[in-house]
Amino acid sequence: MNRFAWVTPSTIEEAVGALEPGALVKAGGIDLMDLLKEGLIAPQRLVNLRAVEGLDRIEEKDEGLHVGPLVTLARLAANPIVQGRYRALADAAGHAATPQIRNVATVGGNLLQRPRCWYFRSEAFVCKKKGGGRCYAHGGENAYHAIMNNKTCAAVHPSATATALLALGAKLRIAGPTDAREVPLETFFVAPEVDVMRENALGAGEIITEIVIPYPPSEAGSAYLKQGEKESFDWPLAEVAVLLERDGNRCKRAIIVLGAAGPVPVRARTAEAALADKVIDDATARAAAKAAVQGATPLEQNAYKVTIFEAIVRRTILAARGNTA
Amino acid sequence: MSNDGQNHADRRSLREKDDDEDGSDVALPGASLRLSRRRFLAGTGLTAATTAVLEACKPAAVGGAGGKGAEVAGPGQVPVTLQVNGKERTVSLEPRATLAEVLRTDLGMTGTKVVCDRGACSACTVWLDGTPVCSCMTFAMDAVGRAITTVEGLSSGGALHPVQQAFVEHDAAQCGFCTPGMVMSCAALLQRNPRPTLDDVRTATSGNLCRCGTYPKVFEATLAAARRGSGGSSGAKGS
Repeated sequence: MNRFAWVTPSTIEEAVGALEPGALVKAGGIDLMDLLKEGLIAPQRLVNLRAVEGLDRIEEKDEGLHVGPLVTLARLAANPIVQGRYRALADAAGHAATPQIRNVATVGGNLLQRPRCWYFRSEAFVCKKKGGGRCYAHGGENAYHAIMNNKTCAAVHPSATATALLALGAKLRIAGPTDAREVPLETFFVAPEVDVMRENALGAGEIITEIVIPYPPSEAGSAYLKQGEKESFDWPLAEVAVLLERDGNRCKRAIIVLGAAGPVPVRARTAEAALADKVIDDATARAAAKAAVQGATPLEQNAYKVTIFEAIVRRTILAARGNTA
Repeated sequence: MSNDGQNHADRRSLREKDDDEDGSDVALPGASLRLSRRRFLAGTGLTAATTAVLEACKPAAVGGAGGKGAEVAGPGQVPVTLQVNGKERTVSLEPRATLAEVLRTDLGMTGTKVVCDRGACSACTVWLDGTPVCSCMTFAMDAVGRAITTVEGLSSGGALHPVQQAFVEHDAAQCGFCTPGMVMSCAALLQRNPRPTLDDVRTATSGNLCRCGTYPKVFEATLAAARRGSGGSSGAKGS
């Protein structure tokens, strides 16, 4: 790990002002620590947001749920409002990583963490994400890699909360050197075909200041399910978040998001369309799940993930139906 | 992170005499009668901890270049005061230092183990303000102003914490590397939930890896400590 200065701003303005070239933002510091230890980043300074007032609030007001980027995954998972009306988010946060990590890792950091592809994470492989010419997962050890949109880069997006927040229609408020801006999460993530070196549209010197999740419509429910290799803690082989808006037994609108499927979270729009206006039951959930994995392009070692996704999509749809308020 | 040629002797701090008693992560009956591996190593000067007294440190640069009023510390050594097991300890550290390194290397408190060094095994678990965290993934700078409790801080007046005592009685340690982290996770659980179910214990230790596979004994010991009813009131210092 290189040496760096530790900068402690007390306001957003000071934090943005401290983000000169070579500086990186630090929230919980978990992914940052990982990247530093692996020698993948070498910042001149870390701008620690932990002393900035007001970045760790959870409040329901105005448009819906306002979550500060410094709220830890543990607090998010344990919050009664989140557990009640934003269930997919509580379950995503509560099943990420270990209890120790959830006590420190923040939702902002979770959204912005870099992928866990072992080729990307190893100093020894200069893959496309590090300016190299190839994706080593292609033809390599790719059992845990992407099964969709994986032609350029086969890393899966690592954020569980991104999967849930996308299903819940969240948007981000962002501060930076110019005017503050608001970005729907839907357009925040950057596909490798657009820019393989990044996973999101956060610009230099910018900081996420708030995550806003709209009130769920009446008769709506959400769910998040994750399948890993083991029960205790693990990265997901497959994770799915669903928001269902119902009209009686019928599905008025569904949002279905697949995490750990592609380099950025995947909206399963064909599945959403398959469910629209249907009575939500095992048969329609099954049909939607089939639609969700249509067009998957698994690699040599990960076709098994397609089957898992199909099962998890079906289960998550039915769980969201059960969670409807 | 620190094997890059930097001379560690530069950043030693005063090592208090009670550090020698940081002891065994789980004290075993009769252990004090034998020469422990740790005391042998300490005696030969092979452990990182030395008795060099920290000289007066330069104050951190404040409001330096860039930052518009934000406080800047480092990248060189900065003096910080950590509250460890109820005692104030002043050390000189670089902002890149992890809490695990500072505890083990600067303060000689080797009860906290570093195994994976990536937050994946939780062997390095300590409490910050009573909450279990991985000290290998925590910058020591982030621990300033918070109560740090390590496995050394669980026992009080020579009496083991009920969870430690139960670990001994139920033979919950095999090779022992995961044990301090397990103990910290289980003791934290009893602190916030004195009557846990088996599932609660499983969840509380879900981040702690034991490659010997002694989980059933860990669960058994923790439930036994809870039954004894002393989990919540035990005297963890500094939490």
